[in-house]
Amino acid sequence: MKILIVDDEKDVELLFRQKFRREIRSGAIDLVFAFSGSEALEILANDDPPEVMYMFSDINMPGMTGLELLDRVKKDFPKIQVSMISAYGDSENYDKAKKSGAKEFFTKPIDFDSLRKEINDLIN
Amino acid sequence: MGLDAFIILFIIIFLRRDLDKSPDSQFWRKRFNYGMILTIVLGVFSQVEIGITILWDLGLIAIFGILAYIIYTIDQFSHKKYFIVCWAPTIILSFLFGQIENFFPSFAESWMEVVAAIMVFTIIWGFGLWLFGRRQRKALERERKIAEEKEKEYQVTQEIRASLELEVSDRTKDLVKQKEELQKTLEELKSTQDQLVHSEKMASLGELTAGIAHEIQNPLNFVNNFSEVSNELIEEIQEEFAKPKEERDSELIQEIFDDLAKNLSKIQSHGKRADSIVKGMLQHSRNSSEEKESTDLNLLADEYVRLSYHGLRAKDKSFNAEFELDLEEGLPELKVVPQDIGRVLLNLINNAFYAVNERRKSGKAPEDYKPLVTVATKKKSSGIEITVVDNGAGIPKENVNKIFQPFFTTKPTGSGTGLGLSMSYDIITKGHGGKLKVKSKEGEGTTFTINLNEED
Repeated sequence: MKILIVDDEKDVELLFRQKFRREIRSGAIDLVFAFSGSEALEILANDDPPEVMYMFSDINMPGMTGLELLDRVKKDFPKIQVSMISAYGDSENYDKAKKSGAKEFFTKPIDFDSLRKEINDLIN
Repeated sequence: MGLDAFIILFIIIFLRRDLDKSPDSQFWRKRFNYGMILTIVLGVFSQVEIGITILWDLGLIAIFGILAYIIYTIDQFSHKKYFIVCWAPTIILSFLFGQIENFFPSFAESWMEVVAAIMVFTIIWGFGLWLFGRRQRKALERERKIAEEKEKEYQVTQEIRASLELEVSDRTKDLVKQKEELQKTLEELKSTQDQLVHSEKMASLGELTAGIAHEIQNPLNFVNNFSEVSNELIEEIQEEFAKPKEERDSELIQEIFDDLAKNLSKIQSHGKRADSIVKGMLQHSRNSSEEKESTDLNLLADEYVRLSYHGLRAKDKSFNAEFELDLEEGLPELKVVPQDIGRVLLNLINNAFYAVNERRKSGKAPEDYKPLVTVATKKKSSGIEITVVDNGAGIPKENVNKIFQPFFTTKPTGSGTGLGLSMSYDIITKGHGGKLKVKSKEGEGTTFTINLNEED
């Protein structure tokens, strides 16, 4: 299963690759990274139909915000599941994300156990 | 009564007429009255030729002499001196001719015409001189009156001067009081200004806090995450080592070691990142004793763009804008007060973000409007140029000249102190001998340019 992770912090890639080392090695998941909303949209547009099934996106990014990206993805690729990850766990962001169709809302620092559970649920 | 008696009588009458009502004058009035009676008696006697006529005539001469004496010796009557000069010839000659008539009647008879002529002449002399003297006296009187008036005027002037001096001293007192009050007010204003400058610093620190919190939270998360994942990696290695030697996956072990090394360097770099943010915050809040030090302006610009962006982001959920950094590589370090330049950058960048965000919210922007703030550094022949460019609504012409004035602000009350740009201007021009310029076009945006020169 291809998963897209969007965050403007580049070290997220290294972290995720290590955290999901086993899942990646076993071929259960395939991680793709984008460092801005527009880059994420480009990746999604590359394949038709998109291979990505699940997207995790940060909210606070320069340029297109995660919430804007969420709206665009939900509009253009309604089959892709999207969950948000934000440093600001305020209800305003949460409500907005949920209203726009976000599956889950994770707050930073990321609880990788719950994230892993979410991914495992999806694989099974 | 003869001519001489008449003349004497008139002199006495004129002298008496000038007397006033003082007791001293009463004394003279009495004597003048006696004099008048005596003159009339002697004049009548001499005229009707009773007894020895020469005695009466001598008496009249004596009265005239006494009058002359009084007039010449007593100040009170000295202004009548001309009476004596007028009438002395007439009196004396009339006396002499009278005696000649008495003692030498025949001689007098033959010289009658000459005598009469002389007498007429003395009378003309007397009247002439008398009229002249009178006129002169009147002129003198006028002058005296003028002098008196001048004296009065002088006294009035003196009085006015005295009252003016009093008034002036009163006013001076008032002015001194006012001056002291103004000085007090000035001191109060100065301390208020200091407080305002300080609160502006603290306000900008407040604006920073949210940004700083976010900026610190991110590296700290990485530090925690990378430590955690490293522990997992070590567990994995231990698992591998628990296996018999033949079954160990040496490739995996190598990979894990590589990852561990990467993680440790990541932990370090994110730790340093948090560290420098905290240091920057401390520097920003520090009040004085700011010393110039070699500073990488690229790092400073990068740091403050992020702080500003995340600060606004955290404060206003609806805030959104893109920023671009166009930093020239290999920029030489410059001796500046980093927290001061940082404060200026923060101010300009905050303003730029504010401007683009306002334009976005205003609904007046074109449909494809993308709020953008660009911070650029550039090496110049004699220093470094930093520009902060926004594509906001621009500054109206009438405001461009005012933006560096203290307390000028277009933000709603309570949102801005109006000190940010004026402080920035002072920091760049006075603090660093540089230049801070603004260029703005309505509907297109604003560019602030900082020029900092290498100081010798």
